[in-house]
Amino acid sequence: MIFNRKTTEKTVHSMFFLITTVSLTVLSLIMLFLFTESIPLFETVSIKDFLFGEFWYPTDEPAEFGILSLIIGSLYVTIISSVIAIPLGLMTAIYLAEIASERMAEIVKPIVEMLASLPSIVIGFFGMVVISPLLQETFDVPIGLNLFNASLMLAFMIIPTICSLSEDAIHSVPVALKEASLALGATHLETIIKVVIPASISGICTAVILGMSRAIGETMVVLMIAGGAAMIPTSIFDPVRPMPASIAAEMAETPFGGEHYHALFATGLVLFIFTLMFNMVAAYISNKYRQVGEASL
Amino acid sequence: MNDFFKLTASDVDFYYGDFKALKNVSLNFIEKEVMALIGPSGCGKSTFLRCINRMNDLISGTRVDGSIVLDNVDIYNDRIDVVNLRKKVGMVFQKPNPFPKSIFENVAYGLRVNGIRDKNAIAGMVEKSLIQAALFDEVKDRLKDSALGLSGGQQQRLCIARALAVEPEILLMDEPASALDPIATQKIEELIHQLKKDYTIIIVTHNMQQAARVSDKTAFFYMGELVEVNKTDTLFTKPEKIQTEEYITGRFG
Repeated sequence: MIFNRKTTEKTVHSMFFLITTVSLTVLSLIMLFLFTESIPLFETVSIKDFLFGEFWYPTDEPAEFGILSLIIGSLYVTIISSVIAIPLGLMTAIYLAEIASERMAEIVKPIVEMLASLPSIVIGFFGMVVISPLLQETFDVPIGLNLFNASLMLAFMIIPTICSLSEDAIHSVPVALKEASLALGATHLETIIKVVIPASISGICTAVILGMSRAIGETMVVLMIAGGAAMIPTSIFDPVRPMPASIAAEMAETPFGGEHYHALFATGLVLFIFTLMFNMVAAYISNKYRQVGEASL
Repeated sequence: MNDFFKLTASDVDFYYGDFKALKNVSLNFIEKEVMALIGPSGCGKSTFLRCINRMNDLISGTRVDGSIVLDNVDIYNDRIDVVNLRKKVGMVFQKPNPFPKSIFENVAYGLRVNGIRDKNAIAGMVEKSLIQAALFDEVKDRLKDSALGLSGGQQQRLCIARALAVEPEILLMDEPASALDPIATQKIEELIHQLKKDYTIIIVTHNMQQAARVSDKTAFFYMGELVEVNKTDTLFTKPEKIQTEEYITGRFG
């Protein structure tokens, strides 16, 4: 009997190990593929020209593969959408976790989470059909599909991420800390600002960075509404071509194994490095400021 | 109403939803005395304590009837500012709950939220409070360090210092030593002896020896009712009610 039990345990352990190995192997193979498909580009284009070249003319003769304008496009949409989404997401989170009545929170929380499940193509479609004409009329700009429109739509995509993760962090601040603050004669607002937020800052930062990493990696929204012009924008109403949009738009058109093909993989690699950096910063912050929480003895 | 009493609770009923946690409790507190509230778990002693600084307001679905009068003002009056009340009535909780800030900032917190900006004044008050809480010598060289690095007993004295910094008149203590070892407990008890010169102290405790050691008067709660209140010596040697006697002799509870 005992022998059987041991064998079963061992079999189960090996099964889990096997499954883990399979997932990790596939992921590493994808990464390896990304690297091997990018490398050939650098036989003809220097890394410096690739990263800092202003001109992206992949189909011209001779072709130019400078992705600076794509990187800047990606960074701008990410930054502008964050500037919109962070205050909105964070304040909603504070409202839900600290201010709203239980009933109110019960109604609003699922709605926020439902927003997170909106397919990005729906958001893109909305930006294209509703926001774009609105921008053209309101601001009298020639193109409604531009940096601002894409940032706005991305912001609404990442608000649920920021809100829902921050809300969890704020909600997990021990009641004992809030009581301690209130018992000293602090108002509810002072307690939120000086105790609750500092105590949940690591979770909030993680939420913000994961939201940003979602924004920089998002493809469909920027493909549909960023405008698609590979240029360095001078106004927020200029069209841009963020990295994912460029890859998605061009991959189907390019001959397999050509220079352009490798350049798109290299763009994907750059994008991967960006999202990896975001995630590493998130992990670092959540480690550094890990909530120590209630005093332990 | 009697001017003689610092704090008077009259016919206090307290409800958690439909559950009546306090039944008709009337209890008077004399200035600069230590009153211990004892009784078995769930008897309402902590609930009563939390009524005095209106900490129960935070729990939804609770209700208070009757009156609690502090310095001739009913604290459940609609016009009372709870924030001011809590400055006057400090509280120390069961588990040490320092903020995840430095030792200095923990004590300074109450001062800052009460609008004190002058750095020298704050530093002075912090030092004074830490001395009062018998913690200063242990932490004077590391005021900038996180409070979470202190031991449990030190953390609890820090919480006492933090409460004292706001200069309250009444200090509520909710089983302040229950999470501490005997040596830390002894320090807290010595501290209570020191503090009663300046403060009216109300302490909830499960430990009857502790009640006997630190308090001038003891009130025994049972099932949400105040069974008996008397001078501590009298209550522990000649209890009037049979329930009190059974509890203090360990026959139940």
